[in-house]
Amino acid sequence: MPVLRFEDVNKRFGDNTVLDGLNFEVGKGERVTLIGPSGSGKTTILRLVMTLEHLTGGFIYLDGGPLTHEMRGGRRVERKKKDVARMTTKIGMVFQQFNLFPNMTVLENLTEAPINVLGRPKAEAQERARELLDHVGLGDKVDAHPTRLSGGQQQRVAIARALAMDPEVLLLDEVTSALDPELVGEVLNVLRDVAETTDITMLIVTHEMQFAQEVSHRVLMFDQGRIIEDKPPAEMFSNPENERTQEFLQAIL
Amino acid sequence: MTFSWSWDTTFDVLPDMLSAFLRVTLLATVVGSAIAAVVGLVVAMIRRLAPWWIAYPVHGVMEFIRMTPVVIQLLFAYYTFQQFDGLTIGIVVLGIHYASYMAEVYRSGIDAVPKGQWEAAAALSMSPRRTWQRVVIPQALRTTVPALGTWVISMFKDTPFLIVIFVTEMVQTAYASGADDFMFLEPITLAGLIFLAASYPTALLLRRLEVRLARY
Repeated sequence: MPVLRFEDVNKRFGDNTVLDGLNFEVGKGERVTLIGPSGSGKTTILRLVMTLEHLTGGFIYLDGGPLTHEMRGGRRVERKKKDVARMTTKIGMVFQQFNLFPNMTVLENLTEAPINVLGRPKAEAQERARELLDHVGLGDKVDAHPTRLSGGQQQRVAIARALAMDPEVLLLDEVTSALDPELVGEVLNVLRDVAETTDITMLIVTHEMQFAQEVSHRVLMFDQGRIIEDKPPAEMFSNPENERTQEFLQAIL
Repeated sequence: MTFSWSWDTTFDVLPDMLSAFLRVTLLATVVGSAIAAVVGLVVAMIRRLAPWWIAYPVHGVMEFIRMTPVVIQLLFAYYTFQQFDGLTIGIVVLGIHYASYMAEVYRSGIDAVPKGQWEAAAALSMSPRRTWQRVVIPQALRTTVPALGTWVISMFKDTPFLIVIFVTEMVQTAYASGADDFMFLEPITLAGLIFLAASYPTALLLRRLEVRLARY
């Protein structure tokens, strides 16, 4: 059973239709990279999975169950917020702008949700948080405030914060795009480590093609809200079939 | 026109003025500000969270209150709710009038919290209540508190308006003393100095608070 399935997904912002009739699946433990020009809908897909955007048409299935909308009595209806929230705990997201909570310490950032959303005991949440911070190389920053950290450090904390919820699916939205070039590497290393040491399903939107090639099972090329090519990275980068893909890859590689 | 200053008058009138200051001016400011701070926050949250058929009327009423002079509101309330005394009416009217300013301060403070903070909280499946409590309000307060402080000082300086509904606050006390013996200069100067002595240090403290809150 695929961990994530998009069925006839349509996303409209007012008059602007970004996604229409989108169908695709992601298997458990798969690492899928979404590439394509800006506005092609890649980030929108991540945001729809994270329920940050309202799904205007179609369905998204997580582990076989409907996420935000379902068919009830022959009609497409919205699911209750509480039911949706129970499912979104299995999904984690890391943002381009890190979005750490500046009024809390690094440790508090990591333990807030596990304690208050998952109901974990404080000591357990704190221990796990320290473990994760050690793992991303920031064990000594436990009591620091996020604004004192560099961009790369903040993003590593953000990744640790998402992992602290033990998600099944990790959504990575251009997580290195806002970083100074010399800080990109440390974040990619952390992600490579996540890919190697866990079986978390990862959906990655990135321009880091080298990284995409190393870590992904599949690369999906998007253009104007459609998947125009879906291949393993080696094939995609060396032998793209679609003309638009070729153009795009030539421009960025 | 000769200028003369009588220190005797000054010291004579000082106790009454300080008494009026504490019993009325300070009391009205403290209680009025508390009302304004709470009502302002409630209004700001209603505007943000309530359905349009509640939010719009509330917004409309508060805009009306914000844009009409407080003196008119004092007089209107005093002659409408005749069972209450001037000081009570005065405190409530000041509270609600300033709540309309404070609601705007809260609103812009909340709006200033970056959208990414809301999204990060949603990504962690935090409930809306928890998001407000742990992420949004703490961050909003950082810019809000100093601005609220300046409105408190403003209310403090508006307390003399209570004269129109026959409340004997400090300026009225000064005026009454002057009317008594025609020595107006001393009491009114004293009133001004007492206001200054209270508001200037407060303003300085607020600046320091603002600076402290600005850095995380």
